Order: sequence, then structure tokens, then C-alpha cells
Amino acid sequence: MRTLVLVKVALQSIRKNTLRTALTMLGIIIGVGAVIVMVAVGLGAKQRINEKIQNLGTNMIVLTPGATAPGGVSQGAGSFNRLTVADAEVLRREATLLTAVSPVIFAGANIQGGTGNWRTAVNGVSLDFPVIRDWRVASGAFFDAGDLRAARKVAVLGATVARSLFGDQDPVGQEVQIRNVPFRIIGVLAEKGQTATGADQDDVVLAPYTTVQTRLAGRQFIPQILAATASPADIPAAMEEIRAIMRQQHRLASWEDDDFTVRNQADLAAAAEGTTEVMTMLLAAIASISLLVGGIGIMNIMLVSVTERTREIGIRLAVGAHGSDIMVQFLVESTVMAALGGLVGVGVGYAGAALLGHATGWDTVVSPPTVALALAFSAGVGIFFGFYPARKAANLNPIEALRYE
Amino acid sequence: MNTTPVIRTRALTKTYLMGSTQVHALRGIDLTVSPGEFVAIMGASGSGKSTFMNILGCLDQPTSGSYELDGESTAGLDRDALADIRNRKLGFVFQGFNLLARTSALDNVELPLLYARSGRRRAARELALAALARVGLADRAHHHPNELSGGQQQRVAIARALVTEPTLLLADEPTGNLDSRTGMEVLALFQELNRQGITIVLVTHEHDIARYTRRVVELRDGRIIGDDPVSQPGDAAADLASPAFLPQAV
Ligand SMILES: Nc1ncnc2c1ncn2[C@@H]1O[C@H](COP(=O)(O)OP(=O)(O)OP(=O)(O)O)[C@@H](O)[C@H]1O
Ligand SMILES: [Mg+2]
Repeated sequence: MRTLVLVKVALQSIRKNTLRTALTMLGIIIGVGAVIVMVAVGLGAKQRINEKIQNLGTNMIVLTPGATAPGGVSQGAGSFNRLTVADAEVLRREATLLTAVSPVIFAGANIQGGTGNWRTAVNGVSLDFPVIRDWRVASGAFFDAGDLRAARKVAVLGATVARSLFGDQDPVGQEVQIRNVPFRIIGVLAEKGQTATGADQDDVVLAPYTTVQTRLAGRQFIPQILAATASPADIPAAMEEIRAIMRQQHRLASWEDDDFTVRNQADLAAAAEGTTEVMTMLLAAIASISLLVGGIGIMNIMLVSVTERTREIGIRLAVGAHGSDIMVQFLVESTVMAALGGLVGVGVGYAGAALLGHATGWDTVVSPPTVALALAFSAGVGIFFGFYPARKAANLNPIEALRYE
Repeated sequence: MNTTPVIRTRALTKTYLMGSTQVHALRGIDLTVSPGEFVAIMGASGSGKSTFMNILGCLDQPTSGSYELDGESTAGLDRDALADIRNRKLGFVFQGFNLLARTSALDNVELPLLYARSGRRRAARELALAALARVGLADRAHHHPNELSGGQQQRVAIARALVTEPTLLLADEPTGNLDSRTGMEVLALFQELNRQGITIVLVTHEHDIARYTRRVVELRDGRIIGDDPVSQPGDAAADLASPAFLPQAV
């Protein structure tokens, strides 16, 4: 009942000083708005990366050479290359849970044909590759077992490469020179879009790995083996199976660590999520500083307000207010101002996130927990930074306060 | 009739410390004021009038000596206890009115009731209106102080002092900021309230004002040097009607 009266007194005082209230709130409004926009940008990025990773295929397992350090970071993967085509063949033969296995050999190359030149990556893969990546051929056909066995010079172009060299024309049946070796184009891949990191997945040429090995890479070792399971549920067991087969294949003794790394999409997603989480935190931290500055603004204005209203405080004390009554009044004032600022800040945050998303094309996701947290935090800022001025007001000597000019 | 003195001080002293020098503002005051009295405290500047009033008003504690208000000792009370006494038993009227700006007359008068610890808050609105009516400002309830004349502002302050029905009304130079006519109006109001039974202690420099009270206590250097009844108190209301105070005579 008594606090209710004090709240009323505080609200009246806020209403009587609209300009001061608005200026005080401004800092909090900007702070809360900034936090919400920044977190929205971070969450948007995270969501987009997740979508992209899902897009790679959830059943996919990636096998790379080199050991994994604790924490999941691949240590010098590829520097000590111990994967071979034989490994891929053994996996394909012996692993019961894998529905598809393909070695991947990367070779950068200049391609001539159609209307000009194009520098791109030529990936040597097996017949299973389209299954693993869930990648259709839009025009023509993928190479077949005969092409692979005979290491024929056939190529399937990514959509970007096809467009760059042949425009709207269908390149199937045409010829291109890859590192001055003539290849026949037998197919064009469907458009796949960008990866999580923004790379163009369609800027690629696929060829039989046998051909790439003999004509372009000339290496015995391969940098990557891709595999797929029938369903995502099989992934953990399949990864164990791959490990067991690979350890045997590489003749590793029981005390030796794996000399290869097996990962799935969930691992990649987690790693990417970790990165965006750090980024989100960083953005939120920077924005929180503005909230802190807003809080200091509240303290500043409240201190000025206490000085300005010394006489008022003296009058209230003279007619019987306790120090605690004065304290509560000023605390309620600062808290209500901060919370109101927070509320307006939430609106600004929503609008800002939408506007920024519209202007930049980024995804922005305003999350309710962030909004709740920002609101609670702004009220907390009001209490925290209002405390010192409120205590100062409560401890005023009534005689001196009354005499104050 | 209740004979408990409203004010009873014994050997009251107040010493301020200014750096290393002591300022003896009060040097032993013995004063008893009975219910229904109207006392003027006079004295030169620096004689200790305000210091004394602050102690009587429970805004300050004496350095030594005792002060009983309405039979209750105030010795050793803390800030909050003193605040409660001010709220229940005392009404203040200041030279500078001390009203809350940007707050209506009614809200100003209601203020002490907001801080009342008893149930009086419930009827705060009506009590405040009644107090305003008592000082003749019922029709100005929703005016803000800057929309009122000095005399009206002081009457709002008096209404605020009356609203809790205090045992004692304390006024430190209540007419100091007013011209002689409005000052006289305020005095007439005090006389009327005193006739209704309210005990009033008023500080003033001027003999012209003191002669409307019924007892004059004179201070010099923190001591009482005179304490006399006013033989023939003036009647402020009647004098207001005399030619000297008619507007056209000015
Ligand atoms: N807070 C204080 N600190 C130190 N000295 C003080 C304080 N308040 C009053 N004094 C001193 O005490 C003495 C009495 O002061 P007080 O204000 O009571 O005088 P007064 O009679 O009210 O004077 P005036 O008529 O000018 O209002 C003065 O010498 C004054 O300087
Ligand atoms: Mg004085």
C-alpha cells in the first residue's frame, strides 16, 4: 500500500519532466535496440549457416587424412596424406552401413572452350558422388562405370562453369580443353547455390577420379573420401565402422592414434555454430557496452535530478517522509525510466533488425529470450545506477535540504 | 482541560562545530508552552531563533538538555522516529513557502498524508480539500503554486501544515516574503486558527507582527532574555478592515 503511493509519486515525477525523462531513456533505448539488432544479426547468420550445412546432405560422412586433436580441430589434415583410392574401394566393399563411397581428388585447372577461358576446380570423383551430395544432372548424363574404368576424358560441368563458357547454349556434346587436354562434356549439374562460407558450389567440373589422377593430379594419395548412409540415424554406427576398417587397412596398432579423421555434417554444423556463437556473443558484448553507457547516463541524470530537487526532498522529509521513502521514490523513478527505455528499445530493435535485414539482405532473427533478457537487464541497469543517487537523496539532511537554493 | 505542556525544554543547548571553533547557537533554553498558546520568538539575527525552531520541529537534535513535545521525550530518537513525530504532531510554515512546484495545491496539501503511517491516508483527498477550505482556498485546489499569489501560496502551506491536525504549528518568519497587507491576512488566519485551539509558535523580527501574538519570547546569543505576555494583542482581521489597509489608501 505504502509502496504503491511511492510508485505513484515516482510516476508523477516522471510525467512532470517529460524532456528529462526522454533524454534519460534515450541511452537505454539505443543500448537495448543495439543489443537486439546485433543478436538478431548473429542468430540470422547462424540460421543461414545451418541451412546451408543441411543442404550439403545430412547423411554425408567426410573422411580426411591426418589425426584430429582433442576438441575436433583437424591437425594438419592433408599434410601427411595417407588416404588412397584403395581405401575408398575397401570401404565400399566392406562397410555394411554405407550406401555410397567416393574418393575426391581436387585439381585446379584452366579450362578453354565455348566462348573463352575459366579457372575452376576439377574434382575427380566416383559414380557414387551424385548420390552422396544429392546432386542431380540437369542436362546430359553423369559418367558411367566404363568411363571410370577406362579413365575416359569426359567431364560434367557445374552450372556456373557451363554458363561462363557457353552462355545459354547447352554444352553437352561439346569439347573443352582442361590443361590443354581435350575433354568431352557429357553433362551439366543442377544448380546448387552457395556453401555455408559463401563459396559457389556450382563453380566446379566433375570428372572420373581415374582420369583426374592420370591426366591432372598425378598423385597416388587422395585428400578426401566422401560416404553416405541410408539414413541419418545410421551415421554414428557407420562412422565407427569406417574407423575400424580404416585402422585395419592402415595397419594401426592398438596404441597408435587414428591417422585419419572421420566427421559428419553435425560436426561441421557444430563447428560453424561455434563460430557464429562467438560472433553473436562479441556483437552482444559490444552492444551491451552501449547499454552500460545508457545506465551511466541514468545515474548522471538522477544525480543532477537529486541536486535539482534537493528542496523537494527537504519538504518531503520535513512533512514526515522516511529516508527509505525517498530512496524508493528515486529508485522507482530510475527503474521505470530504464524499463520504459528498454521497452521502446525493443521496438527500435525489432524495427532496426527488419530494416537492416532489408537493406543488406542479411537474415536477422529477433529471439524472444534476447528481448526478455534485454528488458530485464535494462531494469537492472535502472536499479543499479539509480541506487547511488537514490541513497544520496535519502541521506540528505532535512534542514540543509530545505535551505538549499 | 489537557494541561500537558505542548513544549517543555530544559537547559537546551546547541553547539555547532565550525572547523575547530565551537559556535554556541543555544546556551541553555528553558521554555514551556501550554496548549492553545500563540507565542512569538524574537531576537536579532544570529540569536538562535531558527536553531531553536529546528529543534522544536524535530528536524534537529539538541547538543544537551531535554525537549518534550506533548509529553513525549525526543531524546535519542533516530531519523525515522523524528520523521514520524513531524508527521503526526507538527505542522511547518516556512518563510519561502516551500511548496512543490508543478504540483497542484491539493496535491501539496495532501503530501503529509502520503507519508502518514496510520490509516489517515484513506481519506487523504477529502482531508486535503477540507484543509484548503479552512484557509479559504477551496476554489484554488487545482492551481499550481506559480498560478497563485504569495499570500495564497503561504495559505496553501498553512493548509498543508494543518491537514494532519498537528499538536503544534511552527512558523519561521511566515510573513517575511509577503507585503504588509498579505502578511496581515496570514496573521489573521493564524489568529483565527489559534482561536480554534491550535498552539502556534512563530519566529519574527518585527514588533509589528509580534503584537498580534499573545506571548513574546526574546532571544539574544542563544539565551532567553525576555518572556512577556502581550498585554493587548491586536486583531489582524479588524486592522485589515481599517483605512490604512484599504486598497485605495495605498
Ligand atoms: N549549520 C550551522 N553550522 C554552524 N553554525 C550555525 C549553523 N546554523 C546556525 N549556525 C549559527 O548559529 C547561530 C544562530 O543561528 P540561527 O540561524 O539560529 O539564527 P537566527 O536567529 O535564526 O538568525 P536570522 O534572524 O538571521 O534567521 C548563528 O551564529 C549561526 O551562524
Ligand atoms: Mg533564522
